[in-house]
Parts: sequence; C-alpha cells; structure tokens
Amino acid sequence: MQIIFEKSVPERHGVSLPCSDVPARHTVAEKYRRKTDAALCELSELDVVRHFTALSRRNYGVDTNFYPLGSCTMKYNPKITEKIAGLTGFSALHPLLPQLRRGGMLTQGALAVLYELEQLLCEILGMDAFTVHPLAGAHGELTGMMLIAAYHRDKGNRKTEILIPDEAHGTNPSSAAIAGFSVRSVPTDPDTGVLDTNTLEAMIGEQTAGIMMTNPNTLGLFNPQIARIAELAHRYDAQLYYDGANLNAILGKFRPGDADFDIVHVNLHKTFATPHGGGGPGAGPVGVRKHLEPFLPVSRITKRTDNTYALNYDFPKSIGYIAPFYGNFAVCLKAYAYILMLGGKGLIEASENAVLNANYVMHSLKNDYHIPYLKTCMHECVVSAKNQMKHGIHAIDIAKALIDRGFHPPTVYFPLIIKETMMIEPTETESKETLDAFIIAMKEIAAAAKETPDALHAAPQTTPVGRLDETKAAKDMDVNFTG
Amino acid sequence: MSYIANTDLQRRQMLATCGVKSIGDLFADIPESLRPRSFRLPQGRSELETFAYFEKLANQNYSHLTCFVGGGFYDHFIPAAVDALVSRSEFYTAYTPYQPELSQGMLQAIYEYQTGICRLTGLDVSNASLYDGGTALYEACQMAVSATGRRKVIMDGGVNPIYRKMLYSYTANLSIEFVETPVVHGQSDRNRVFEALDGRTAAVLLQNPNFFGVIDDHSDIVKKAHELGIIAIQSVYPVALSLLKTPGEQGFDIATGEGQSLGIPLSFGGPYLGFIAAKKALVRKMPGRIVARTVDTAGRSGFVLSLQAREQHIRREKATSNICTNEALCALRAHLYLSLLGREGLKSVAQLCFDKAHYAKERIKTIPGVKVMESSPTFNEFTVKLPIDAGECVGRMVELGFAAGFPLGRYYPGMENYLLVAVTEKRTKYEIGQLAEALEAVTCR
Amino acid sequence: MTTPTNLKYSKTHEWVKIEGTDATVGITQHAQEALGDITFVDFPKTGTNVKKEGSAGVIESVKAASDIYSPLAGKVAEINEGLETAPESINSDPYGSGWIFKLTNINAAEAAGLMDAAAYDAFVESGK
Repeated sequence: MQIIFEKSVPERHGVSLPCSDVPARHTVAEKYRRKTDAALCELSELDVVRHFTALSRRNYGVDTNFYPLGSCTMKYNPKITEKIAGLTGFSALHPLLPQLRRGGMLTQGALAVLYELEQLLCEILGMDAFTVHPLAGAHGELTGMMLIAAYHRDKGNRKTEILIPDEAHGTNPSSAAIAGFSVRSVPTDPDTGVLDTNTLEAMIGEQTAGIMMTNPNTLGLFNPQIARIAELAHRYDAQLYYDGANLNAILGKFRPGDADFDIVHVNLHKTFATPHGGGGPGAGPVGVRKHLEPFLPVSRITKRTDNTYALNYDFPKSIGYIAPFYGNFAVCLKAYAYILMLGGKGLIEASENAVLNANYVMHSLKNDYHIPYLKTCMHECVVSAKNQMKHGIHAIDIAKALIDRGFHPPTVYFPLIIKETMMIEPTETESKETLDAFIIAMKEIAAAAKETPDALHAAPQTTPVGRLDETKAAKDMDVNFTG
Repeated sequence: MSYIANTDLQRRQMLATCGVKSIGDLFADIPESLRPRSFRLPQGRSELETFAYFEKLANQNYSHLTCFVGGGFYDHFIPAAVDALVSRSEFYTAYTPYQPELSQGMLQAIYEYQTGICRLTGLDVSNASLYDGGTALYEACQMAVSATGRRKVIMDGGVNPIYRKMLYSYTANLSIEFVETPVVHGQSDRNRVFEALDGRTAAVLLQNPNFFGVIDDHSDIVKKAHELGIIAIQSVYPVALSLLKTPGEQGFDIATGEGQSLGIPLSFGGPYLGFIAAKKALVRKMPGRIVARTVDTAGRSGFVLSLQAREQHIRREKATSNICTNEALCALRAHLYLSLLGREGLKSVAQLCFDKAHYAKERIKTIPGVKVMESSPTFNEFTVKLPIDAGECVGRMVELGFAAGFPLGRYYPGMENYLLVAVTEKRTKYEIGQLAEALEAVTCR
Repeated sequence: MTTPTNLKYSKTHEWVKIEGTDATVGITQHAQEALGDITFVDFPKTGTNVKKEGSAGVIESVKAASDIYSPLAGKVAEINEGLETAPESINSDPYGSGWIFKLTNINAAEAAGLMDAAAYDAFVESGK
C-alpha cells in the first residue's frame, strides 16, 4: 500500500476553513518565518478517508478477532463509554478553567468524575488515597518510585535499592532506575514459579527502599506467601509496591491494601476496559496507604462539606507535578463509567470468568503443549513450545500459524524465565465458542508441528505482508519517508 | 450490566474440564486471611441509566464559555473526518503492534505520523509519540544528559511553567542542576543565557512561541550552545510551525511539543500527545517506540517496531526511559488532522490564528487603562496588562460568558495584573468584539 | 568454529589479543550467536581510559542489547569504524574483522585472571 505522501497531488485541498473576517494588517516578519512549506499531504477528504479506512482494514483489534495477548487484558471495550467521553461538556472542557479564580465551580462535573473514581479505586484496591494523574502504567510505576524516594527522604532514610522479582514486568526495573534507585533482581523459585521468601530474606536489608511485586505474577500464579513478604518489607521500612497489571484476576477476591501493600498502580486500559488505542492512551492511577498520602502529586481533589469539589495544591511534601493537569481525563471517565455499569457484583464476575476462561484454555491444551506450572492459574496461563521444539517449531512459529487461523497470538517469549513461552490471557468477555475455536487451532498447530513443520515456518500467508526483516529495519533505520 | 457471554451451563462444562467443582476452587491460592475486608461498591446499572448520569455531569461543566484561554492548550477546530476515522475500532481496540503482520495499518499510520512530525519540525527522526508536551521535554532532557554525560540544564523562563514544574518533579532524586534564565521584553534574555552556558551544560531548553505567545529566532543561542557541545532543545507549538522558522532551520538538536492542537479535543487535560523529533545522530537515545519500514520474506514493503534494543523491556534498568506504550491513538488523530488540513490548510489555520489574535490586540489596546504588551512579536497569544487583578477580572468575565484568558500571576509572581489571551481560528470577529466590550465593562467598573 | 588459542577470554564473553602493551578486543563466537543479528555497536570514545571489567560500549541486535566489558584496563586507541556500516562482521567473523576496539597502555599482567581457549570452551559448555 502506498504511503500517504505518495498519493499527494499539488494544490488539491481537503478540509475547507472559514474565510478570515478580520483585517490582515500584520505578517510574521521574514526572520521568524520558515523558508519552505512543510511538505504535508495535498489530498481531498475522500482520499484521506479511503487511505485510513484501508489502513484500518490491515489491523486486528478486539472488535475484529480474539486477542489473547497475555498481560495486556484485551477485553471488550463497551461502546457507551466512547459516547460518554464524546459529550461536549467533557470533550470541550479546557483544563485551565478550574485554575481560574473560583474556577472549580466551572468544572464540577469533571472534578466529580475524578474524585468519585479515586474513591471507587480506593475501595477496590483497599487503599487510603488515590491519584489519577499518571498517564500510563509505566508512568504509574515511575510515580510510585518517586513516592518511595520522597517518603524515605522525608524520614531521613538512606535507602538506595529496589528489589524486583525476575518474573516482574520488564518495565519495573527501568522505572526504578529512572527514579534514581539501583535495582536488584530476586530470582523466582523454579519449583513454585513464585518469589521465594527465604531468597528475599537473604537479599533485603537496610539499603532496601522498596520491593516491586506483581501478584498474580507474570506466570499467572498467585503468591500465597504475600503476608510474609509484606512483613519482611516493613521490618526494614521498605515500601511494598503492587504492580496492578494483573488486577483483572482478583477483583473482589484480594485487595493489595489488605495485604499491607503500600503503593499500587492500576492500568485502567486493562482491568477497566478502556480501549488500548493501538498502543495508548492508557492511564495508570496510583493508590497509597495513609503514610504516603502527603507525597502524592498535586493537584489533589477534595470534596467540601457542601458536596462541591475543589482542586487543592497545598501539600508541601508532594512530589509535585507529574502530568500537566489531572491525568488522562477521558480515559478515567471511561473507566469510571465502566465501574459504575458493572457495580461490585459485575466486577467480581469479571474476575471469576477471566480466571475460569484462562484455566479452561490451559487444561484444554495440556495434552498438546508443555505447561510449566500445571496448577490453577489466575487470569492468564503460560504454555511453552518445548514439545514442539524437537520438530524445529518455536513459539514464534505457533504465533504466526495462529494468525493464519484468524487469531491474534498470545504474548510470546515473555516472561523471560521460561523458554519458548506463550502467555495466554483470554479475558472474561470471550465466549466458550471462541475459546473452543482457539483451542482447536492450537491443537491443529501442535499436530502440524509434528507432521508438516515447514508449512508452519512459512506462516503467516493470509496477511498483507509475511514475516518482516527486522534486521534490515534496525540497520537501515528508514523511520521517516523521504522518497 | 455485564459483558460476559458464557451461560451457567457453559461455566459448569468448563469447570469440569478444569477438574474443579466451583469457581471458588480456582481462587484457593488466596489465603482466607487475605480476603477483602470490604468491597462496598455501588450496584451495577444499565447503559441507559449510566448515560443519563454522565449527561447530567457533563452539563455541570462550563464548556460553553467563549474560550480565549490557551497556555499551550488550544480550542482548535477538529474536522469531522478525524473523529469518524479514529473511531474505526480496528485502530482503537488494538494494542501495541507486537505482531506486525496483524498491525500494518497502525504501523504504517505511525510511520507516516513520524514523517509528518519530521516535516513540520525540519528534523530527521521522530518516535511513535510520548504522553504529553511536558514529559516529552523531560525525555529530551534525559537524552541530552545521556548523550553528553553532563548534568546541568539551562531552562528559559519562557518555557511553559507547567512543564518546568514537571521537570523539577521528575529530577528530584537525580543529580541534575537546573538554571533558569529570565525573559526580557518577552524574549529569552541573551546575556543571561550566554552567561549560563558552559562546558558542564548538557542542554538548553527554549520554547517558541514561548509561554507569553512571543515568537523568536533562537539560532544565536543554538550556535553558542553547539560551540560548547551542548544539546539545544526547543519546545514548539505544531500549528505555528506551518509558518514559523523550524527547530531544524534554527539548528536545534531536538524538538518537542504538545500535539493537542492537532485534532485532539481539550478533554479537561488528556489524553494528549507528546511529540519529539531529533537529528539522526540522536536516534538511539530516543525514548519510546519507533516504527521503521522494511521488507518481508517476499520482498514486499512493510513496517515494524524497530530499534527495540534500546527500550525498557530489553535494557531494563539500563534503559534511558521507562516509556513503553504511549499515545498511539492521539498520534493517529494528529496524523489524520495533518492529512486533512494538508500543506495549505495548516498554514491557513496558523494565519487565521495570527490575524485574529492581532485583531484582538488592536481591539483590546483601545480599552482605557488596558495595555497590550507589544515589545516583541507574537503568534496567536499575547499578554495584556489590566488596571485590576487579572484573576478578579477573569472571574467577572465568566459571568458574561467568557473564559477571557489565563491570569499570569498564578505562575509568575508579581504579574498579578497580567492576562494571557489566546485566539484561535474558531473565534469570530464578533466574539472578539464582544470580548473587548466585556473587558472594558469589567475593568472600568 | 574453533576457539582461537592465541586469545584470552573473559567470563562476560569478550576476547582479547595481547601484543606488548597493546590489545585488541572483540566478542566471542558464543556471544555473537546468543545476540543474533547485530545491528549497531556503541563504541567507547577513543582517548578515554577504561577499567578492567568496566563498561566499554554496547552491542545491539534486533532483540537484545549487551554491554561490552573491557577485559583489561587501558586507553582506547582505536575503534573498528568498519562496524559502523557493517556491524554484521561481528556475526560472520567475530575473531577477525569483527574486532571492536584496541587498547594501549595495558598491563599484560592483568590478563592472568582471564581464561585460555580450553578453559573458555569449558566455561561455555558449563552453561554459566
């Protein structure tokens, strides 16, 4: 398919703009002007519509295909939330309005959304306070690390190190490092697939500022030793951080706050069904227990006794501004609507069905694929292509063969601690029929691995392009169309 | 309301396959002692009830005020085709394109977006997007620190004060020293900037147009910075770039900015779009995803996420940024907007903004006691000195239906009587006239 | 490919060829295989001093990035500019045209702690 710039026709116009109704008595002085026009497209509106419609047809989404991408919670995104975010009262609201004098009164509806969402998240996670400012999951992690640093600085603690289990999300170590900490990796116990408390005990010390945990972890396993881990952390005043990437497994079943986690982040775009947008925007609100509340970023929203909402900046210990305004508002709005629609009961059902779907897939595949930890999993299961490797078939080949059978592949080669992994997260919104079709496809592929492995190496065949040369991409670095 | 498809019968069949009796058995790993102490949430509600509730909340917001507030975030026109195409759920229900064969649409769109950003800024490479203009500026700073091995950053007082606050927050635990240089007559104070630049400096951060709406040519600062091995970074307003000297033409190494003005609704502060572009030599220091064009096994052209080795999931604690997923859908909006407006259209938008803002200046300066600051040229935003407190003035203007501007005293102590007024192509001559009349009534009362 | 016997090896999979007070450094056959198709080398700056086991650049492949650790202390005298356009030389000829940088002012006595070819092969075999 042609690049849009190749379709450009000189002097063709797209959108029409109003004629100027004011006199043009001034011009930008020559010394401040650009020398040549920016070479943007020159296309009609229909040209543009056709181009982007064609592009959209070269893309899989949850709405087009089953998308069991592990760790990403690709559940159905209700359409009503898009309509709500499109209401002019929200979409056309300037973020500086509440910063005008008495401006809070101009944005009561929007402040209500954020405040009430924070309250609901507190209850869902068992935390004391929340901020909705972080703009993505990784941004939430960074915020959490900044909170830990601020807490220890305030107490005069000299702590420099964050401990992170090796089954954690790859972003965790970089989030800790970027906040100024050194990072030590804690090995997973290969027998149980979860962090071993004895190993942790040997590594933790006065230097430990915090521990970043994902529970259930990236193997889809819940660590039942979590109370002991919390006790160990707090013995050294290390802050226990909960990466909420896998929250979809435990709604109403487990709350990090009840297990003495000090900080959590949640991915609204995962658990609370806001669209992933082809890679964002997401939102990564952060919750804390009481002792960390003074450090939360500003502004904070408070509810006055007359039931009105106000922005409050007067938190001298705050880590300050981490976002220009109040978080990714439209994303928060969609998540709030989703939580209200499901209610407490609906959220519990979501987790129950997510966990059931994952276990059903895992048990249905156990005769065809190696399952490194064949015990009850949470909302996702990890299977390995170990059995297929002897036929020269790797996880990536299975992924590509799934594409030809109409499925988005699972996450492959993650977590790193298992070889040839495929991490399958079906989510609760998928029906048994869809799961069965996926299971059949996986079984067919396992059979083909034995009988016709070459055919699998050639997959995918049904897509606009086949396997792409990533080495060439990295060497040539053609990242800007100049042709 | 629930979005679960399976029936009780299906659930029983599935439980049997798993070899357990009940759903509760699947959660046996969670110790009883750790079960929720409470889970008091409202009852679920239907789509109809939910929508009615949110309509009511939306109506409590004063989004109908005639908007002259800018401050880096602008009330621009968004063509209907932007909304229509960004609503294709093949785009918005997808995730990061890890499987390129299934994601050629989004990957190509991002490649084209990167190209558009390069063409606007006059630089060589761009990435797939960052969170917002402030985090983009922070990431650019980190690129400079990493590239130079130095830890001092010079920051111009005309850089958006919100962004400056963000930079201080992000670097609180890192030993990075900031030196702020003042603005004089609306532009960067050359003497003070030149004084501050030295061999220990990693980066100099400037903004064009700056927070006061003033336009400048920073070529002289960039030249001096380069003599000292300093990375020069400019934060820019993308609509203005269709008219103004580009960061590339001024010699900047990195350009960043807020992409909200490119077809993204104001939405009370987000989601927005941080964009970044740089000279080719800095590409491996660039944070976030980058899409590259390559070929498949049959020689067909296609697109992949590239240069992933520098990213957080591979470099882990050694990565220069922890950014992974970003604002792809907002980048898609910006690309759609730029494609629909096109070469002439974006220039027309910028010219309309410029002309209307200058008309507003002329109208406002005739008000007795009100002074328009005119010592330096401006684009679509300008500073007005009022005879009364600007915050008080804006409060009264709301009653007359205007969001009249942003009082500068909030971020610049001593400027309590100064108001920052922004004008976009959406404002009409009539509305500008009404604003001037209302301002006169409020300030002369 | 046999492991050259005229070189010394580090546990982080670099090789070093010592000639008086000069040395040439590269990565081993085993290391290049583990990295896969190499796309970029971030060299240490010529003229800078590197420490023994200190970071001396980064090698990137499509899906991985690996630090280069200098097997010996010394001053970086030269980098292999040919790798800027043909980083794949490290894959095809790791002990020859795929060399990465040269050091001067080394102390050959420091090489005592490095492995010879047989010891390195055993080390790789042991899977550490």
